[in-house]
Amino acid sequence: MQVPASFAYERASSVRDALDLLRRHGPDARPIAGGHSLLPMMKLRLAEPTVLVDLGGLAELAGVAIEGTNIRFGAMTRHADVLASPVVAEHLPILVDAERVIADPLVRNRGTVGGSLCQADPSEDLSAAFSALRASVVISGTNGDRVVAVRDFHRGPYETAVAHDELVTDVLVPIRPRTGSAYAKVERRAGDWAVAAAGAVLTLDGDRIADAGIGLAAVGATHFVAVEAEESLRGAPATPASFTTAGALAAEHVRPVADQRGPVDYKRHLVEVLVTRTLTRAAARARGEA
Amino acid sequence: MEITVVVNGRPHTRDVEPRLLLTHFLRDELSLTGTHWGCDTTTCGACTVRLDGVPVKSCTVLAVMADGARVDTVEGLATGWGEGDLDPVQQGFMTCHGLQCGFCTPGMLMTSRALLDQDPDPSPETIREAISGQICRCTGYENIVRSVRWAAEAEQAARATAASTEASGVSS
Ligand SMILES: Cc1cc2nc3c(=O)[nH]c(=O)nc-3n(C[C@H](O)[C@H](O)[C@H](O)COP(=O)(O)OP(=O)(O)OC[C@H]3O[C@@H](n4cnc5c(N)ncnc54)[C@H](O)[C@@H]3O)c2cc1C
Ligand code: FES
Ligand code: FES
Repeated sequence: MQVPASFAYERASSVRDALDLLRRHGPDARPIAGGHSLLPMMKLRLAEPTVLVDLGGLAELAGVAIEGTNIRFGAMTRHADVLASPVVAEHLPILVDAERVIADPLVRNRGTVGGSLCQADPSEDLSAAFSALRASVVISGTNGDRVVAVRDFHRGPYETAVAHDELVTDVLVPIRPRTGSAYAKVERRAGDWAVAAAGAVLTLDGDRIADAGIGLAAVGATHFVAVEAEESLRGAPATPASFTTAGALAAEHVRPVADQRGPVDYKRHLVEVLVTRTLTRAAARARGEA
Repeated sequence: MEITVVVNGRPHTRDVEPRLLLTHFLRDELSLTGTHWGCDTTTCGACTVRLDGVPVKSCTVLAVMADGARVDTVEGLATGWGEGDLDPVQQGFMTCHGLQCGFCTPGMLMTSRALLDQDPDPSPETIREAISGQICRCTGYENIVRSVRWAAEAEQAARATAASTEASGVSS
C-alpha cells in the first residue's frame, strides 16, 4: 500500500487566504488542485510537503470565459470542463483534440488546467498546447499579480516561474481571427502519456501564413516549442511543402530520450509526422474546411 | 482532523489523518468494502466512486478533500427498481454477463450510472469512452458495453410506460 508521509491539511477559503497560508507555512507547504499529479508523487514519497493548501473550494478560480480579446481559463478549471466548454469548441479546437487524449475521463474529472501547467511534467499535453497558442499565465502573490508568457513559465522539468508563496490564478489565450489549430498524440495505449505529441496553431493571411505556433510534448523540446519550424512558416505559403519542411525542422531540433516508450529515432520520426499532420489540419480549420 | 462525508445519503463523521485516502476511508473507517482497491496508481479504476455526482478514482482523493461532500458508492446503488431492488445498471450487468470475477464491477457500475444520468441513450462508442479509465481483466469489455446498453433501453422503456400511463389518465 502506498501511503504519503504525514502532513497538515488546510482548505483555502479564497485566493487571498491560500496565499496567506502558503506564506505562513513556508517553502515546504504546497497547493493542491486536483491532486492527480501531486498525490501519486506523495505516495511514492517523491514529494513530501509538510502542509497541503487545498484550492478545491475556490469557485472563483474555475471556469472558461471570453474576456475582451482573450479566453480566460481559471486555474481550477478541470480537464472535463475544458472539454465540455462551448467557447473552447468554437475558438480552440487544439484544446479539444488535446483534452480528448489526456489520461481518461475519470482523471479528467479531477485534474486541472493550473495543476497541469504547474506540474511542468515534460510530457504534459496542456503545456504543449498552451505554448503553441502563446498563452500567458497570471501568477498571484501577496504583493499582487504578474503575467508571464507561457513560453517563459516553464524553467525546466518540474520547474516553473511560480514561487512557493504564489499561485497561478488564470491562463489567458488571445482570440485570433483567421486562425486554425490542432493537436495529435501517439500513445502506447488509451489514456497513457504521450510517446510524442504535437500541437499547431496557424494564422493565415490569404494563401500565406501570417503566424505559426508549434508545441511539442514528451520529446525534449525547450519550452515545449519548435521555434525553428515556426520561423520557417512565417510568411511562407500555406502549402503541404511548407508543412513538410516545418515537420522536418522540428524533428531535427528536438532532443528526445530513449525510454520504455520508444527509441530516439522513432520519437523523432513521430515529431516530423505529427507536426506536418497538425499543421495541415490547422490550415484546413483556419480556412473553415474542417 | 474531523470530517463529515455524506455517503450514500447518510452523514458520517470521523476523525482522520489528512493522508488517509478516500478509498481507505470508505473501506476501513466505514466498512464499505464494495469500493475496491486495486492498483493504487490511478490506473485501474476499481476504486471509482461518485464525488458530488462526478465519478472519480478514490485512491487519488484524500478523505479530507471530501469533507462536506456527497459520496456515492456501489452499496447505495440498489434503490428499488429491478430484481432485489437492483439499479438498472446492476440488472444489466447481471442479464448481459457484464462481470466474471467482479473485481472491476463496482467501479464500472458507478461510472455507468453517472453516464446514464447525463446521457440516457449513449452509443457503444460513448460507453467505451466513459469506461476507458477502468481496467477489466475478464470480460473483454464487450459484455460491459452490452450491459450498459441494456440498462439504457430498460430505463427508456420504463419512462415510455410511465409517460403513456400518465397520458391515458390511469392512476395507480
Ligand atoms: C493515470 C494518469 C494519467 C495521466 N495522463 C496524462 C496525459 O496523458 N497527459 C497529460 O497531460 N496529463 C496526464 N495526467 C496528469 C493530469 O492531467 C493531472 O491531473 C495534471 O497534471 C495535474 O493537475 P492537478 O490539478 O491534478 O494538479 P495537482 O496534482 O493538484 O498539482 C500538481 C502540481 O501543481 C501545483 N499546483 C496546482 N495548482 C496550482 C496553482 N493554481 N498554482 C500554483 N501551483 C499549483 C501543485 O502544488 C503540484 O506541485 C495523468 C494523470 C494520471 C493520474
Ligand atoms: S485503485 Fe484507484 S485506480 Fe486503481
Ligand atoms: S470482471 Fe474480472 S476484472 Fe472485470
